[in-house]
This record gives sequence, structure tokens and C-alpha cells, in this order.
Amino acid sequence: MSAPLTSQDTMGNPTNDLIGSGQEGSLAEQARAYVQRLRGGDMGALPAIGGFVVLSVLFSVLSPFFLTERNFANLLTQAATLVMLAMALVFVILLGEIDLSAGVTSGVAMSVFVVLSNPGGIAMNWVLAIIISLVVGLAIGLFIGFFVSKVGIPSFVVTLGLFLGFQGLQLIIIGDGGLYRIQQPEILAIQNSNLPVWGGWAMLAVILLVSAGTSILDRRRRTRAGVPNRTIALVFIKLAVIVVVGGYIVALLNNNRGTGFLAVSGVPIVVPITLVILWFGTFMLDRTKFGRYIYAIGGNAEAARRAGIKVVGIKWAAFAVCSTLAVVSGVFSASKVGAVDAAFGRDIVLSGVAAAVVGGVSLFGGRGRLFHAAVGALVIAVITNGLGLLNLPGGVNFLVTGGVLILAATVDAVSRVRAGGSLSRR
Amino acid sequence: MDVPIIELIDVKKSFGPVSVLKGVSIKAYPGKVTALVGDNGAGKSTLIKGLAGVQPYDEGQVLYEGQPVDLHNPREASRLGIEVVYQDLALCDNLDIVQNMFLGREETSLRTFDEGEMERQASETLRSLSVRTVKSVRQKVSSLSGGQRQTVAIARSVLQSAKVVILDEPTAALGVAQTEQVLALVRRLAHQGVAVIMISHNLVDVFEVADYINVLYLGQMVASIEASKTTSDDVVGYITGSKTYAGEAA
Repeated sequence: MSAPLTSQDTMGNPTNDLIGSGQEGSLAEQARAYVQRLRGGDMGALPAIGGFVVLSVLFSVLSPFFLTERNFANLLTQAATLVMLAMALVFVILLGEIDLSAGVTSGVAMSVFVVLSNPGGIAMNWVLAIIISLVVGLAIGLFIGFFVSKVGIPSFVVTLGLFLGFQGLQLIIIGDGGLYRIQQPEILAIQNSNLPVWGGWAMLAVILLVSAGTSILDRRRRTRAGVPNRTIALVFIKLAVIVVVGGYIVALLNNNRGTGFLAVSGVPIVVPITLVILWFGTFMLDRTKFGRYIYAIGGNAEAARRAGIKVVGIKWAAFAVCSTLAVVSGVFSASKVGAVDAAFGRDIVLSGVAAAVVGGVSLFGGRGRLFHAAVGALVIAVITNGLGLLNLPGGVNFLVTGGVLILAATVDAVSRVRAGGSLSRR
Repeated sequence: MDVPIIELIDVKKSFGPVSVLKGVSIKAYPGKVTALVGDNGAGKSTLIKGLAGVQPYDEGQVLYEGQPVDLHNPREASRLGIEVVYQDLALCDNLDIVQNMFLGREETSLRTFDEGEMERQASETLRSLSVRTVKSVRQKVSSLSGGQRQTVAIARSVLQSAKVVILDEPTAALGVAQTEQVLALVRRLAHQGVAVIMISHNLVDVFEVADYINVLYLGQMVASIEASKTTSDDVVGYITGSKTYAGEAA
């Protein structure tokens, strides 16, 4: 290297001579850089989105009912619980940890909810009861976080213990063989009622506004700092995709999908709730210290500690977020099923982990986004939904889901090996 | 001679009955590279950990610009502008260069990241060190070579406007070309007025960049010499204990 040793002159004003950031260049160059990243193994949610499209095409060929408005709405509400749980798990999976008790946590919290709010019993106001069950989730998360980050027990062990213990706790709260019907119309409405037709379009407009607004603010900040922005065409492409895909979905859901005299139409209420949580969670992970430190700890906990990050506190908080969001998934599930029993939430947690992995979230930590987990959950839901329509035996569902999980992990591993190979050749 | 920015006088450290540092003195000057050499177990790491505030010394004095200071925890060291670039680098593979350089002290406005500002500062810092090997500051660290990682780790300390940078084996595990790049970087770091303390086993590297060489042998500073006034053979002798330094401490 022939760098001059008199470096003081380069100290002057190097603003016009910045190192690249990959943001400069025309649309074509950006596209090439993107393809490069894909080939480098950084595929993000692309395999999962591809899987979702392929499975959807396959099922729509095999079953005439698959691509109907009614089934599509059904698919969304079926998936909502899993989407929410997978997003909850992302917060701890990013740390390289796991929460096997997320499902039963939602079970315990919903048991508390039904016991408190049951009109025949304590008959507490449902809003208060929901808040209490969310606090129960928060408390459980803090409990797990204490043992994992303070005491230093592997999260697998702590949450496995809770997975077993909470099934008993749930049984005690609900009572042997007990089953409580959900009777609050507001809770039932989450999964069983829809936005008015204009509400769906308003939702799409808000998404567009927020997306355009953040892009503009980001670009303004970068301009103020004197660093290049990506070409504006990319913003328009992003907005166009939202208009086309979102518009198609809203239009589809706004069609009448009722089978009787009663018209059923509109976006299910669970959709905007999920989108708000997705947006807020992504905001936290991408743009705040809490989120950045979660990624840092998942990438290299020792490096994070040396950088002055309070690793114990961040881990603790992440478990609290996970358990609280798990309770939200419990609310979705209770709304869909219409009842809470002693086994509520017991079987779903591994599907949640599978959804995150299928979506491209790494179990080793540090890699993945909430959106990935949501797409992964949709893939798993589409398998369940599609195979259900084909009247195949129930066992096939599990076999296919398991196969897709292993396939997704293989795609991830192979793309990474190829990336490593090209790295060593360089 | 200038006032040393950091000076240790007769520091001692023992772990139970084992005394690791038996009264060590060392000086580091702004704009100079001070090498610290010695065989395994000589006490180099213990000396460094004391300076970083990770493991405080039992006895002895630490002078910062001539004034006595306490170094009881990493925060005090960091406030004085003492930064350690560790051997195992302490970077997060899954984050990009900018994110790593700002980790733990991100620029925010309205409690959210000001990515543009961070990107510009990171870029300027790398430029000020004449770094030419990095193509994009938004590359993930996992895609960087060993030399580039070392570069990012050193640039991180510069970004935090360190006055004293301690490099723990910066060239270990690097190839020939990358070693050259990192050594050039060490030189430029010193040219910016930073006091660099470099631990190394590689005497070729030491003689290439160091202004002063300090030799630790079994917990004692057996030689403190200007690099231009000694030879590699002599230094090997001091390290192994087969030669004794007779001159005055530099």
C-alpha cells in the first residue's frame, strides 16, 4: 500500500470525498447491487415470498375454492394468531434466545382474562381484563428475562420449564375440563367483523402516507448530513407496489363474500391491528437504540458489552416484549376460536418458531425482521388452508409443513455457503 | 522531551499469591507509537487491562498529562480518551461498518437514528485515516477481510476521539499485504496526535512502526528503549531474559 504518511492534509474537508455507501447510482445500478446482495446470500424474505406465491398458485390450480374472496379472508384470520406469535418470538430469536413458553404464556393470560371477564363470574369490564392479561404477559416476560439474563440459565431450559409448568397453572385457573366461551362482542369482532368498505381504502391511504412520509424524512436527513440518497425512483416503485398489491387485496376483501342473503365484505379488523404492531415493532428494531442493541447482542454479545451496551437490561426487555405480544396473539386466537380451555395455546409455539425460520429469521440470532416472520407465518397458514381444501388426511399437513421448514433452512444454508465460497475466492 | 500523556509509575498487580506486575513503569507520548513486547505470561495483558480500567492495579500511580488519576472502571478510562482495540476485535458481524463504528453511542435526533449523520462521520473518519480498502461504509462487517476489520476497529476508536489507543496484537492472523495496511494505519493514527500503545509478538512489525520499545519480562519492565537505538537481536535477548538492558529508561 502506497498511502502517504502525511495524512494531515486529508483531514481538511473530506465531505466531497466520502466513501461510498451503496446508495448512490442510477436505478439500474441499484438493481444490479441488489442482485449482487441476493447472490451473496442476503436473501431476506424473498424465498418465503416466493414460497407463498408458488403455494398460492399451486393451490388455486388444485382447488377452485382457494382463490375466492371468502377463502382469502379466512386465510388472513387463520394466519393472524401465528403471524402475531412469530413476530413476538422474533424479539428473542434475534438475541439468539428462544421462548418455548410463548404459547402457554398466551394461554395463562387468556385464562386469566376469561375468568375475570366471564359475565357469570367476576364480570369485570373487558378492557380492564385485557389490560390485566397483557400485564400478566409482561410479568411472565420479566420473570423469564430475570432467569435468562440475570441468573444466566439458557432460555431453552427456563422456557421449557415454564412450558410444562404453565400448562398446570392454566389447568388450575380454568378448572379441570373447563371451557369458557368468549362473550364480549368487542373481542369476537377482532377476527369476525370487518372494516367498512371505505375503512379498507382509508387503511391503504394511511399506509401510503406513512410510507411516503418516512421516505421523505429519511431523505431530508441524509441530504442535511451531506450523504447521497438512493434514486427517487425507488421510492415511487415502493409506493407503486403498495398501491397495486395493497389495492388488489383491499378490493378483493371489499367484494361481497357472503353465502347467504347477508352481505359480508371488508378487511377483517385483525388486519389493521396486526399492521400497526408490525409497523411499530419494525420502527423500534430499525430506528431506536433498543432495536439496534438487540441485533448487536445477537451478533456478538461480547462486542456489545464492550461497546458499553447494558446487555442484561436489553435481553430482559426483549423477553418482556415477546411475552406481551404473545398475549396479543392469544387475544386473536380466542377471538377466532370463540373459547378458551385448559389447552389453549399449548400447540402453537413450535409453529411460531417454524414460521420465523421459514421467513428467514436466523435462530443463531442477529439476523431477521418482523416482516420476515409474518411472511413465514403466512406460508405455513397457506399450507394448512390449502391442504384443508383438498380434503387430504390431516397428517399430510404436518408432513408438508415440516418439509417446507427444512427446505427453507436448506435454502438459507446453501445460499450462505455459496456466499462464503465467493468470499474466499475474492 | 514532552510530557507523556499517560505514565505508569511502579504499578503492581497480583492475583492471590501470584504477583503478575512487580512494579512496572511505562510512558506513552502523543503522536508516538509505543510498543509493548514480552513473552507469554510476561504481564502484557494485565498491564493493558489496568489501563482500560477493567482490572485496576493494586499499587502504583497513573499520571494523565502529569496529573494523578484513578482508573477503576472502563468508563473512567473512556472519559480520559483511552480506547482499547482488542485482539478478537469486538465487532458485530451482522451489522454494517457505520453501525459498528457508532455502536453504543449512536447519533439520534428525536430519539431515532440519524443515519445520514452517522454515515458521513464514519466516512470522514475512514478518509482521515486514508483508508482506501473499504468500498462502501454500508457493507456488513461479515463481508470484510481481517485487515479491513482491524481498520474498522481502529477507526471506531478514532471516531470516539481517543487520545490513547491501545492495540492488542493488531497484526496477528493477518496476511502480508494486510499487515502492511494496518501498520500504515497505525502510523497515521500516531500522526493525528494519538498516543498509540501496541502490543505485538512480531518484532518486524514493532521495528517498522514503533518509536519506543518496552520489554516486559516476568512482570518487570526490563527495557525501555528508543527503537532507533536498539536491534532486533537485543530485544529478543531482553524478552527471553538472556540479555540485560544496561541503559537509561527512555
